[in-house]
Amino acid sequence: MREGEVIRIAGTLVVGTGIPDITIGEVVEVGSEGLIGEVIRIIEDTFAVQVYEPTSGLKPGDPIKGTGKRLVAELGPGLLENIFDGVGRPLEDLIKASGPFIKRGIKAYTLPRDKKWEFKPTVKEGEYVSGGDIIGEVQETVNTVHKIMVPPDVSGKLIEIAEGEYTVTDVIAKVETEEGVIKELTMMQEWPVRVARPIAPGGRLSLDTPLITGQRVIDVFFPVAKGGAAAIPGGFGTGKTITLHQLAKWSDADIVVYIGCGERGNEMAEVLTDFPELKDPRTGRPLMERTVLIANTSNMPVSAREASVYIGITIAEYYRDMGYDVSLMADSTSRWAEAIREISGRLGEMPVERGFPAYLPDKIAEFYERAGRVKALGKPERVGSVTIVGAVSPPGGDFNEPVTIHTLRFTGVFWALDPDLAYSRHFPAINWLKSYSLYANQILGGFVGSFSMYRQELFNWWKSVQSDFNVYRDKAMEILTTAAEVESIARIIGEKSLPDDQRLLLLTSELLKEGFLRQNAFDEVDTFSEPEKSALLLKLIIDFHHMVEKVIKKRIPIDRVIDLPVVAKIKRVKFDPRRVEAILEVAQEAREELLKLAEEYRVEVEI
Amino acid sequence: MGVDVRDVSGLIYRGIREVKGSILVLDPIPNVLYDEVVRVRAPDGIDRLGRVLEVSKDYIIIQVFGEESGLQTDTVIKFTGSTFEIPVSDDVLGRMFNGRFEPIDGMGPIASRDKRDINGEPINPKARIHPNNFIQTGISAIDGMLSLVRGQKLPIFSESGLPHNRVAAQIARQATVLGEEEEFALVFAAMGLKNDEARFFIDSFKLSGAIERSVVILNLADDPAIERLVTPRIALTIAEYLAFELGYHVLAILTDMTNYCEALREVSAAREEIPGRGGYPGYMYSDLATIYERAGIVRGKPGSLTQMPILTMPAGDKRHPIPDLTGYITEGQIILSRDLDSRGIYPPINVLPSLSRLMRSGIGPDKTRDDHKDVADQLYDAYSRGLKARDLARIVGEMGLSDRERLFLKFADVFERKFVNQGEYENRSIDETLDLAWEVLSILPPEELVRVKEETLEKYYYKAKHPEA
Repeated sequence: MREGEVIRIAGTLVVGTGIPDITIGEVVEVGSEGLIGEVIRIIEDTFAVQVYEPTSGLKPGDPIKGTGKRLVAELGPGLLENIFDGVGRPLEDLIKASGPFIKRGIKAYTLPRDKKWEFKPTVKEGEYVSGGDIIGEVQETVNTVHKIMVPPDVSGKLIEIAEGEYTVTDVIAKVETEEGVIKELTMMQEWPVRVARPIAPGGRLSLDTPLITGQRVIDVFFPVAKGGAAAIPGGFGTGKTITLHQLAKWSDADIVVYIGCGERGNEMAEVLTDFPELKDPRTGRPLMERTVLIANTSNMPVSAREASVYIGITIAEYYRDMGYDVSLMADSTSRWAEAIREISGRLGEMPVERGFPAYLPDKIAEFYERAGRVKALGKPERVGSVTIVGAVSPPGGDFNEPVTIHTLRFTGVFWALDPDLAYSRHFPAINWLKSYSLYANQILGGFVGSFSMYRQELFNWWKSVQSDFNVYRDKAMEILTTAAEVESIARIIGEKSLPDDQRLLLLTSELLKEGFLRQNAFDEVDTFSEPEKSALLLKLIIDFHHMVEKVIKKRIPIDRVIDLPVVAKIKRVKFDPRRVEAILEVAQEAREELLKLAEEYRVEVEI
Repeated sequence: MGVDVRDVSGLIYRGIREVKGSILVLDPIPNVLYDEVVRVRAPDGIDRLGRVLEVSKDYIIIQVFGEESGLQTDTVIKFTGSTFEIPVSDDVLGRMFNGRFEPIDGMGPIASRDKRDINGEPINPKARIHPNNFIQTGISAIDGMLSLVRGQKLPIFSESGLPHNRVAAQIARQATVLGEEEEFALVFAAMGLKNDEARFFIDSFKLSGAIERSVVILNLADDPAIERLVTPRIALTIAEYLAFELGYHVLAILTDMTNYCEALREVSAAREEIPGRGGYPGYMYSDLATIYERAGIVRGKPGSLTQMPILTMPAGDKRHPIPDLTGYITEGQIILSRDLDSRGIYPPINVLPSLSRLMRSGIGPDKTRDDHKDVADQLYDAYSRGLKARDLARIVGEMGLSDRERLFLKFADVFERKFVNQGEYENRSIDETLDLAWEVLSILPPEELVRVKEETLEKYYYKAKHPEA
């Protein structure tokens, strides 16, 4: 038994002594209640521990036990549809142990030990297996087959494999290594959370497939690739959490890992209420069935907040290794960075920027680099991805602060949330002039390619127009940018004093904002916009712009166009439950109304 | 001379290595617990409460709550062997205490064997029930556009000189849950409040009869600042007990959180910690969260705890660390505006930057009315356009506006005067509020109301436009 004693307690930081062979990252049990902590510094014969539970009542002289293990995640069937705290304990088990309020010192396994899963082997005895190979399958939820893989560090001849119902700790296979050692495999494996799981040698693949999110401003203007990383910074009330919820709900990932890191308890309660009710638009199954939740709310111990992000990404990598597209939402990475700062401060480390330690950028880089599209380790060959979307909560909403700055260095997509848009209830409040996506050019072809995923019958029709899609997108961007300049002039001289072609820019930009960019997360129809609807809506507005351009060239006053009934319809058609059909209908009406107007002025226009 | 300790029983310790403001540094003593409560008696004979902030084999650091002056190295410390606990019972209703939970209403202290740690324990997120019961406050701007729900934490961001106290008192007076007779139990915690402000609240509770179901905890401006660190925690421990043990629906008003944060900064500075923004400690977010997150509804427990913290934004700056960190934790914010106040609008709620995050789960058919959500969205949209027009009119004059802009400008004026503005004792039902909203919206032509569904327009708009028909 490696036991030492406590010599200092300052908040969640405990210093101990008396275990000479303690290692960095080792999990220790502190005090008579066995509070879980992790060794983060070793100074001569003492060591510093960050404890994941409140430390009230500890005193110098209390025992510290070394467990010899690092902080690991338990990986295996039973993760989906579940909610865990920052160190991987199922919240339901905590309720059973201590009621609705979390008491400390409770031990609970991540994976249920008594539940039996139907294991179907996919390899035969006598075959040679190595790390990452799939040896069997378990139906984890209706739509997710959980692949049982050989742990990365095991290889050898399979001398025994089981079939039938087993728990995660039952031995389901035995492997004889080259040295003649027999290794027993279970459906569960453990992995140290701070280490990225290995992939096939040279297995990093290019990012060329978009993650379809059903959010127009993201899919069309600032898309994120499967395996990419996106940052969404914004002050409070700008809609970070709702945007992340929307992505968790509607993105076309196979598995979603949602980390509530230092955020509100009621928001996690909302996810737990909503997700079982909502259906995945592709499979028709409850969204909860593909979701893993990690909840470490703001009032739970700050050090476990630091760990929660690593537990989440390890689970995401594990499903990626099965060949799934996983998306991970972390809300909010600022709270994680603050937890790092707080622990660093208690250790007396030298702060650099705003109290953050000098290694903050390394930590952020390490985390986002665990995103990627990869060839997984082992046989059979398979490709999986982890997409990371990280919310950032900059103090005062000012993006010029360390966490935002460093996050932008290591992510490819920037969705800038704008308080002015949020105040006028324009959601998602993603500012189209400040945001960017480094993936846009690579993957927009993929966006058009994804149409058929939702609606087979439209596929052929789309093939004929898809080459135009980029043209529409660029035109829309150009109009929005120019209109912003015109608006600032209009703010001084008044809209009425502008020439008609500039007023048209304002009109189109208004249509784009109201009819396209603005998307109501709580409207049954509008909450999810399938790719063809997004593209068609954009086409409707840009086509209308071109038609009006011709009309006003013939000296028909723009005021008459603005008063056309179809203008309000373009703004509202996104809510129409007939979706694509309704948009096509409005496009027809727009053309007819403009022609009628031209007729009234006895001019001829070709539109 | 020395400290008289004849009346103190048990183990005591005399002699302090260092006194730094409210922080005491002691030589090591065996068996001192982290976070333990201590009693501190200086030669002046006054007893103060304290808490162990840090303990090691070389030193002990103690935080003293209470009067600093008079502390010296010849001070006696008594270690109590337990963390900060208070007795709880239903006798607290109708009572008044100081910021250390000592009675100030002339009656005896609360006696109960049931004791609770004032730091509480975090609610398991899975044990939470997502709040969805609309609370009618009778204030149109709140009910119509920033609806409060039971179990929410919704702060008021104000400035010195604005009527936040009157607004909070009006809410406390009028808050009811639709369809339920039961009234809220009130827990009122004052931190660094001026005497007359505290008096105002107490008088208001007395006047409405609410005092019978209230608990008042007062740390006034001239009470020790450090004590403010425990005041809200005592209040919330009582509130949790009333809500989750006795089944009351509790509304907790915490004011002024700015004073709390300043006390926190004071302690941090005394400990020579690395200061964060504005000198406030880096852990202020986590610290505030342990207060604000103590609101909600819990599975299997009868009552609910709704929080309304009040804070004054230093220099009216919403980006100041105190409102900023609060906004990141709470479920929205009600922002009062000096501009509206100076134009005589009461309550001077600036609805645009205000927000209620839980609104949508509490409103709609069966809860308030089917048009509620659309109306709220449309009011936001039209009002923000109206304000833009008002800005423009300041430059080009009203005559320079287009007809459309002039219409929105008119809307903004009427909206402020009729919808936001109301009497301090005027209690509007949600139906009255929504009907009023339609009356104001009817200034605009139907095609401008793009945030309202067509069937909702059919149902309400034309009726409001032509009331005689």
